[in-house]
Amino acid sequence: MPTLTEYVPDAPGEMGDRVFVVDQSRCIGCQACVQACEECGTHRGHSMMQLDFIDRGATVQTVPLICMHCADPTCAEVCPADAIKQNEDGIVQSSLKPRCIACWNCVNACPFGIPKKMFELDQMMKCDMCYDRSSVGLAPMCASVCPSQALWFGTPQEFDATRTGVLEDTMVFGGQYVRTKVQVVVHEPGPVAVAPGRRYTHWTDDPFGLDEGPAEADVSRDWPLAPALSAAQQRQAGPGAWPVAHGAGAGAGAGGVGGSAAGDAGDSRTEGARP
Amino acid sequence: MARPPLTEEELVARYGPHLNTAPPGGWSADADIDRMVRTHCCFCGQQCGIILKVADDEVVGFEPWYEFPFNEGKLCPKGVKRYLQGNHPDRLLEPLERDPAAPRGFREVSWDHALDRVAREIRRIQAENGKDSFAILNGASLTSEKAYLIGKFARLAIGTSNSDYNGRLCMVSAGHGYNKAFGVDRAPNPWSDIPRADVVFVAGANIAECAPITTSYIWRARDNGARLIVADPRVTPIARTADVFLGLRPGTDSALLGSILHVLVERDWVDHEFVDAHVEGFEEAAAAVAGYTPAWASDVTGVPAARIEEAAEIWGTAASGMILHARGLEHHTSGVDNVSAAINLALATGRIGRPGSGPCMVTGQGNGQGAREHGNKSEQLPGMRRIDDPEARAYISEVWGCTDEELRGKGYSAEEIVWAIDRGEIKGLLSICFNPVVSLPDSNTTRRALEKLEFFAVVDFFLSETAFHADVVLPGSLQEEGEGVVTTLEGRVVKINEAKPPPGNARRDVDIFCDLAGRLGAGRYFPYRDTREIFDELRVASKGGVADYYGMTWERIEEENGIFWPCPEEGHPGTPRLFEDRRFRTPSGRARMVPVAFRPPAEVVDSEYPVWLTTGRVVSQYLSGTQTRRIGPLVKQYPEPLCEIHPRLAREHGIESGDVVRVSSRRGTMTLPATVVSTIRPDTVFIPYHWAGDRAANQLTNPALDPESRIPEFKTCAVRVERVGPGGATVDRRDYETRTGDAPDTGDAPNTAAGGVPGEAPGPATPPGSGT
Repeated sequence: MPTLTEYVPDAPGEMGDRVFVVDQSRCIGCQACVQACEECGTHRGHSMMQLDFIDRGATVQTVPLICMHCADPTCAEVCPADAIKQNEDGIVQSSLKPRCIACWNCVNACPFGIPKKMFELDQMMKCDMCYDRSSVGLAPMCASVCPSQALWFGTPQEFDATRTGVLEDTMVFGGQYVRTKVQVVVHEPGPVAVAPGRRYTHWTDDPFGLDEGPAEADVSRDWPLAPALSAAQQRQAGPGAWPVAHGAGAGAGAGGVGGSAAGDAGDSRTEGARP
Repeated sequence: MARPPLTEEELVARYGPHLNTAPPGGWSADADIDRMVRTHCCFCGQQCGIILKVADDEVVGFEPWYEFPFNEGKLCPKGVKRYLQGNHPDRLLEPLERDPAAPRGFREVSWDHALDRVAREIRRIQAENGKDSFAILNGASLTSEKAYLIGKFARLAIGTSNSDYNGRLCMVSAGHGYNKAFGVDRAPNPWSDIPRADVVFVAGANIAECAPITTSYIWRARDNGARLIVADPRVTPIARTADVFLGLRPGTDSALLGSILHVLVERDWVDHEFVDAHVEGFEEAAAAVAGYTPAWASDVTGVPAARIEEAAEIWGTAASGMILHARGLEHHTSGVDNVSAAINLALATGRIGRPGSGPCMVTGQGNGQGAREHGNKSEQLPGMRRIDDPEARAYISEVWGCTDEELRGKGYSAEEIVWAIDRGEIKGLLSICFNPVVSLPDSNTTRRALEKLEFFAVVDFFLSETAFHADVVLPGSLQEEGEGVVTTLEGRVVKINEAKPPPGNARRDVDIFCDLAGRLGAGRYFPYRDTREIFDELRVASKGGVADYYGMTWERIEEENGIFWPCPEEGHPGTPRLFEDRRFRTPSGRARMVPVAFRPPAEVVDSEYPVWLTTGRVVSQYLSGTQTRRIGPLVKQYPEPLCEIHPRLAREHGIESGDVVRVSSRRGTMTLPATVVSTIRPDTVFIPYHWAGDRAANQLTNPALDPESRIPEFKTCAVRVERVGPGGATVDRRDYETRTGDAPDTGDAPNTAAGGVPGEAPGPATPPGSGT
């Protein structure tokens, strides 16, 4: 029978030139990463992965967020206890338990919002890129399981050979440039401005509920389905009207579009085998 | 009368679903791993490779299996957390017999007592009412050996014609469509063809949630420059990325696909050379859509004509293309026609039997492909043989050593078995791997029918909502508690390896059926010493059939990371891509285009029920949820069904995200929280179906069947939507009674708190991040 050790490569070593890549455009929101993160050997039972919809009302787009492993980590810079260390592979680790004073400076300071307050452990924990795996050349749990490979682990050469997009490792937060070990996929090379555009929510249009009519935001949020409605449909009074038939006789009337009547709409079953 | 011995709430409190959240021994247990077992995920037809970590005969975790070529380590959340079902506190460890006087509603009995009673009741009912008065329902999540065994058991041990499987709710429309077109019921292409396609057309398939790993194949196609067309009433996660999105009205698929064929013919984007040499029925199929102009189809489907033209142009002018379809096309009274309409687009453009080109069904259940090939489907015998084919009957009689009469004939389909029970024609039932109370349409009728049974026996590893009705419950085995083969959605036969023995006094499913066969006096037909002997007989039984496994051995299957059927003789490499020789298994040897005229759904909207309802799945749950509603982290991901509703429709009813709404059809009513999203058509609402009791979407759905495949019309019916009140932490009916003074008129069991998940604080009405 095979054993655990079979997954240790012949020459265990460092991560080499493998990089962790996030391509948010591929994410399908399935949360395999969130679930698999819990299975990582270095923090079993605690998922360090964050994944959320950006605005479920408007879109199914989701965004997975792992620690970006900054070259000059802000979390470590603001730590008064020097509890956050970066190793020789550039991995920024969870706080060292003997040092961490649970002040949460790191939680507040991280530009990506990654460190987690682990109250039961009285300690900050975060993604360590599954260092038990990545340090021996294995992909982290999240990138291993990711069905869409929005999270990906490999060499830049492999990336160029198999995938599209440009890798970028610099983000701009206002005036702060942050270089990260984790790369993101962008269309055009150059630092990514993270400073947000106008965030579009219900309340920003009418923060105090002064407009008594239907919220303006809702109308514009009909995208992208609004264009899918034909002009004829938009004239329909009811939202669910069949295009040709109206009213209670819809079943028979629908034959007008297909030549075959659906039967009495009052009896949902067209099959004769009912008792 | 098979009535649950206690109330549903009491049974749920005793038998679950409860939640298992941590591996055996807890997260901090530093278990010594005894074995690493290479096997496959039990959830869904992709059958991803996975390595199970086993300590002290318990599965304690998983490791990605990077070398298995289909998924290369990738898993969806169900695969990641599947190991939490093995040592689950709800596992059935002893045979049970209904006893309303017992505190748990069932009393534990010995195997001898339980099996003798099952055998006795089968014979009694048959003696009084005829052989076909006892039926079997089984499932497509079973290994092929189990499916083969149960098909043989139904015919030779019980002697009934009425044996069908829950693939009747899944793959039968696709099966009929492919049989008509090609004479073979299998996706013709390996998934490695998807990245080689210039255009990928996803029609009625929520790839990201129901076949998540397939996403990576579509992304690889896009990396190679492919264009993506998606047809769906909802902007699914895959649809979000489409070049062309066809947001059609539920139930209008054949109008949309027919219109695309119309444009292909009109613009002459037809591969005449291929059609002339290898296709029959082109003229008839083209004539059937002669009037299906994009303008007409736009009226029927609600999709702008320009988008239909654009999709047709992308499909028609590409050099290669794959069309992937699933239950979105197939769960209709026109399910087979819809599949034929999809196949027609491939055949008109010559896209079959070559790299990157083909129509492919996306098979749903764990062994959705393999289980239906070997005789647990009412109209088939092993090897995908037709039961009404005299030659096939002669061959199988010879292999089994039985008479032609003993093979019985074609019986009722799954839904029809329930109807026959309801009208008193079928009086006894044995069920395995099937939870019809949750998964069949019109669940109120299903429940009423089960209550009429004179005797009901269930083999299961958990006490499902269907097993609540059982007279005798036989504790069976999980997929990882036995071995065998399954066939993936690619037609690749892969090996399931045993990770652990069944717990307590639970037994392997194959042992239960062989033991029972002996007690029914049919032991001579079931002399197997182990599962391998069943597989070896299956190989012989499949020999010469369409799904020919004869050349396979368990060893070869493992060594070669699976073998694609047909594999007719030893040393045969298997057949990843069908029809490379352009020889089809139809009588003429040509592929057949079937003329498809659009038929509206069996039930259409009207003034009383003005909104379309469509149902489907979420990524964290599997089918009727018997397994996945017991896995804590999966439940947390999407705790309860939500009604997706467009802002425009929501506004008409004053509904906001999180509000409780009442959705009613002619068959039932349910209340649940709404989630207001502009990713669904404004004339349609969506409810996922994985839940039981008053959370079951199938209280609403229409049991009308496709005339050929007998698949129910899960994907379309007419409903009414009303706002009940504001949402709370849970949907508790008592809440809105006090708040609104207006009790919902369901008039039966209290709401979700009872049908829900005890043992854990109720989750928010909306899963994290899903609301606005």
